[in-house]
Parts: sequence; C-alpha cells; structure tokens
Amino acid sequence: MTAAIEVRQAARTYRVGQTEVAALRGVSLTVRRGDHIAVVGPSGSGKSTLLQLLGGLDRPTAGSVVIDGHDTTTVGEAELARIRNRVVGFVFQGFHLQPRTSALDNVALPLVYRGVRRAERRRRAAELLDRVGLGARARHLPGQLSGGEQQRVAIARALVTEPAVLLADEPTGNLDSASGGHLLDLLEQLNAEHGVALAVVTHDHDVAARARRRIVMRDGRIITDTEHDITAAPTGPARA
Amino acid sequence: MRIGEAARVAVGALVAARLRTGLTVLGVMIGVSSVMVLIAIGDGTRREVAGRVDQLGSNLLLVVPGKLEIGMPTVSRMQLSDVEAVARVVGDPKRVAASVASGEMVQAGTAKTFTTVAGVLENNRTVLVRDIARGGYLSRTDVDSARRVAVLGATVARVLYGDADPVGRQITVAGVRFRVAGVFAPLGQSLGVDRDDEVHIPLTTAQRLFATTRVDGLAVRADDPAGMAALGDRIVAELAERHPDSAFSVVTQDQILSVLGDILDVLTGVLGATAGISLLVSGVGVANIMLVSVRERTREIGLRKAVGARPADIAAQFLAEAVLLTSVGGVLGIALGAAATVAVERLTPLPTLLTGWCIALSFGVAAAVGIIFGVLPALRAARLDPAPALRTE
Ligand SMILES: Nc1ncnc2c1ncn2[C@@H]1O[C@H](COP(=O)(O)OP(=O)(O)OP(=O)(O)O)[C@@H](O)[C@H]1O
Ligand SMILES: [Mg+2]
Repeated sequence: MTAAIEVRQAARTYRVGQTEVAALRGVSLTVRRGDHIAVVGPSGSGKSTLLQLLGGLDRPTAGSVVIDGHDTTTVGEAELARIRNRVVGFVFQGFHLQPRTSALDNVALPLVYRGVRRAERRRRAAELLDRVGLGARARHLPGQLSGGEQQRVAIARALVTEPAVLLADEPTGNLDSASGGHLLDLLEQLNAEHGVALAVVTHDHDVAARARRRIVMRDGRIITDTEHDITAAPTGPARA
Repeated sequence: MRIGEAARVAVGALVAARLRTGLTVLGVMIGVSSVMVLIAIGDGTRREVAGRVDQLGSNLLLVVPGKLEIGMPTVSRMQLSDVEAVARVVGDPKRVAASVASGEMVQAGTAKTFTTVAGVLENNRTVLVRDIARGGYLSRTDVDSARRVAVLGATVARVLYGDADPVGRQITVAGVRFRVAGVFAPLGQSLGVDRDDEVHIPLTTAQRLFATTRVDGLAVRADDPAGMAALGDRIVAELAERHPDSAFSVVTQDQILSVLGDILDVLTGVLGATAGISLLVSGVGVANIMLVSVRERTREIGLRKAVGARPADIAAQFLAEAVLLTSVGGVLGIALGAAATVAVERLTPLPTLLTGWCIALSFGVAAAVGIIFGVLPALRAARLDPAPALRTE
C-alpha cells in the first residue's frame, strides 16, 4: 500500500540507426508514498530515462514499471495517459509552460484532461498558485515571470491534480541558487505537509543533500540507494 | 476533452499563426467559391433550358433536314410544296410553321444592324408562342402576296429606333425597303444568345430576297402529345417519299431537353472537376500547414501528453483546427462565391441560379476537406512519443 511505484529489473534501450544505446540496464526500486528521493549521477547515466519510466512517460524495453498498481508495459496509451494525469506530476528543467497562456490556465491544463469544468479548473488552479506564492500573478503570461516564478507555476501545474508522486528533472537547473533554494523549501513543505512523494533528478549537491533518500546512478544502473532517515531501511542497493 | 475545449485550443492556435491561417483560409475560399459559381452556372443554365421548353410546350415537333448528328449542317431540299404536304399529313395547316433564315443587314436611316432575318408563315407566332409588344404580326395576305413587311425583335427595334415606336416606319433589309408591322415582346437571352436579335418577314418575300426556293425547317404543333412519335414517323415518311435521296429528322422538345441535359451534365462535370481540383489543392495546403503546425508544436503535444492528454484528445485538437480552418474558409468562400455569382449574372450572358442545396454542398465539401486532410496530421500528432517530444528545443 505504501508503494506508489515499483520498478523491477527495468531496462531501456534506444535504437539509433543500427546501434543500440542502453540507457538503463536493469534497475529496481520502489518509490513509496511520502518518499523524498534525489537521483544523482554523471551525465548520460540514465537519470532522465529512469524518471520518464517512473512517470509513465515512457515504457521499459525489459522488466516492468508498476505505477499505482498498473503495469505500464501492459496498459494501452489512453490508460497510460490517465495514469500520468492521476498519479504523477512532472516538473521539467525547461519548465514547458505554454507561452501564450496565462499562469492560471497553464496550471489548470491537466484538469482539462480530467474533464473538470472551466470555472472549477480555474478555481483549483488559483488555489495552487496561491500555495506557491504566485496568487497575484495568475493573469501573467510565462514571459512576464522570472525563471524561479515560472518554475513555481510548473510545480503548481504538477500538483493541481493532487498526484501521489512529483517527478522533477533538474528543477533548479535553470535557476540561481537563491531561487533554487526557495523552490526546494516549497517542495519539502509539500512533501512534509501533503505527503507527496518527491523524486528529484539533480546535479546540484545542495539539492541532493536535502533529500532523505539518495539514489546514485552510473552507466544505466543504480549503484547505491541509501536512506538517511533512520526510521526506514534502504531498499537495498541494486547490483552494480 | 470536450469538443468545446478542442475548439477553444484550435482557435487560439489559429489566431496565434494569423498570416498562415489567413493564407490557408484564402486557398479554401477560392476553392469553395469556384465550386459554387460553377454549380450556380450549371443550375442556371438548366433552369433556362427547362424554362424555354416549358414556354414552347412539350407537344412541339421540329422537322429538320439531315440526320440528327453533330457535323456539317445539311442544306435543305425542302420547299413550300413540302410544307403543304406535311400540313396534309398533320391535317391542319395552322399547326405547321416553316422558316428560311439568313443573316442580313437591316437599316433605318443611319442606324443599322446585322441580324437574323427569318422568312416565316403567318402561323409562326402561334405555333412557336410569341408575344407582340407593338403593332401586329404578319398576316396570311402578307405571305400570299409576298409583301415587304417586317416584325422586329426587341433588340433590333431598340438598335434602330431607340425608344421610339417603329410601327409603320420604313426599314431596308439587304437594301430592299420594308414597312415595320410590329415589334416582338422581348424574350431575353438564352444560353448566351440574344433571342431578340431577329427580324421576321413573310416566307415568300424571304425566298425572293434570298433568291432561293428552299425552306430550312418546319415546326409542328401536335394536338395530341401522346401521338407525337407516330406523327413524327409519318412526317418523315412523307418527306422521304418526296425526296428519296435526302434524310429528314424529327426532334421533340423532350429530346432536345435530354440532349441539352446530357451536354450540361458533361459540362458541369468538367467545370466542377476543375473547381474541385482547386479545392483539392487547398486541401493539400491545409494538410501541409497542419503538418507544420504539428512539428512546430511538438513540445506542446509532449507536454499535453505528459499531463494526461490521450492520443484521442490530441487528435481531436488538431482535427478541430483543420476543420475550423476549412469551415471558416467555407463560410467566407460562400460569401465570395455568392458575390461572384451575382457578378457573373450581371457582367456575362451566363445564367446563374444559387440554391440552398448548392450552398450547403459547398460548405459540406469544405468541412469534409478539413476532416480528410486533417486526419493525417492529427494522427501524426496523436502518435507522437511524449518523452522525445519534450526533449526537443
Ligand atoms: N531518445 C533517445 N535516443 C537515443 N539515445 C537516447 C535517447 N534518450 C537518451 N538516450 C541516451 O541514453 C543515455 C541516458 O540518457 P539520460 O537522458 O537518461 O541521461 P541523464 O542521466 O539524464 O543525463 P544528463 O545528466 O545529461 O541529463 C544517454 O547515453 C543518452 O544519449
Ligand atoms: Mg537528464
């Protein structure tokens, strides 16, 4: 019941012309509700690939990923979309906000695909913007906001569906350290107060240091998976 | 995602790419309006032909020399004696009209015009149903004594006399003096031909003037529409007996109508297909612009999928965009087509008829083009893999 996402011996290879690139070579881990995970490792080690599998944005070529009880290797595209909409929220390094759409409607977007009525969508989006401290900027376009503010809008969008897991790929990568710090405060607060599990891919040591659980990757494998919290045991290091 | 939501997103995207949208809409507009104008001309012509047949009645038989086929016109061997023979077959001379025609210069004072001068019998007016606006028509005596009297078509009267009354005045036909006996009520144009550009004179006078004894053709008003085919056969048999080395043919109004109908069908088909090609081209334009739009918005599609859009949602969004493009083009095209139809009616001799059916068809075709040519780009968008889509910058 505490497992939000189960990854078992997941591999992901990409075909580029004749050659095969192994981005993940058999990865196992469990993301539990309320987890706070930092995924670190050198560039090209497969961090982003893992995060995409965790969120059902991509499927493993071998092994399995089970999100909230649904095996992503067996469900159809539409069902996978529903899982992305209901269970996870994504935050990307590049924010990925719609440039011609107000902050409010950017945040409300996931609710469109849940069939929520427009007025209700906006009401909930406004609530989320308030929570990330941007209540006064609801009518602004992304271009009228700073990088840190844009990323907070992206976080509000990821949370508007009340997901069990928030997946963030270098959320502070485009921010200065002060904005990055504020963002982390916000994420930790959400984790602590609402029990949203966090999985954050980062190159930033400060960011990684603040997570309770740290997963280190290299060459498509998890080499260590350690828990700082004494109340929970580590899930056991994957074979290197 | 509801239809309204898909439409809202589509409007936003189309407004954002105004110039591109405008040009694509223009293409659809041109396609739709040309289809519309050509259908309107086809329908107008059809109505005019039907109207002409209605006016003449369906119990009219036309007797012409030669076989009924397209080619060189046959010079008639028929003479006045043949007209009398046919009248005996028909049983009533009042029902048999005859004519001989030639293009001649007609002059009144300094005004002159080159027109069709038809030598006719006094029964021409009743057999072929013509109304007189001023004066009277030719009389039996005019024909019997080959008088030099003329009845002017409305156009000839206007060219020679303007608004003045020509009745009783002198004109010359091919240099010979005639007295104007009357003026026809105008008939207007038919298939681009001015039917008021003619002068009627007695058949006997015409034969003398043209130095001939021939009669070009006969028109027979049958009293019983049911017996027309049999009557036609008897007339042809009589004429064949009198001229063993010549062929004669009889055509009814219905036959003319059906032949004209066939010609019009082919013509409308060819014109419609030509216009259809421009619509097709505009459809290809729509597909092209939609593919560009899908490529440009790869990241947007990736993001929408990441937050829960199903393939069907994405397909609906892009399909709505394509249909919206062609529908706007369709509505504007109908407006342009209506204006162009009015212009054709006013500025050219072509008849037009705008029907609700034609308007509905034009719009339907435009919307269908949007669906047909929007499907491929919409499916491409729907199938886009979200993960790589989000990586593109
Ligand atoms: N769509 C793809 N096609 C081919 N190869 C890919 C694709 N996506 C990722 N890869 C390869 O898979 C490997 C892992 O990529 P991934 O993006 O997961 O690394 P990462 O750990 O996130 O790196 P970074 O820290 O630079 O973001 C890399 O070698 C990369 O080139
Ligand atoms: Mg990465």
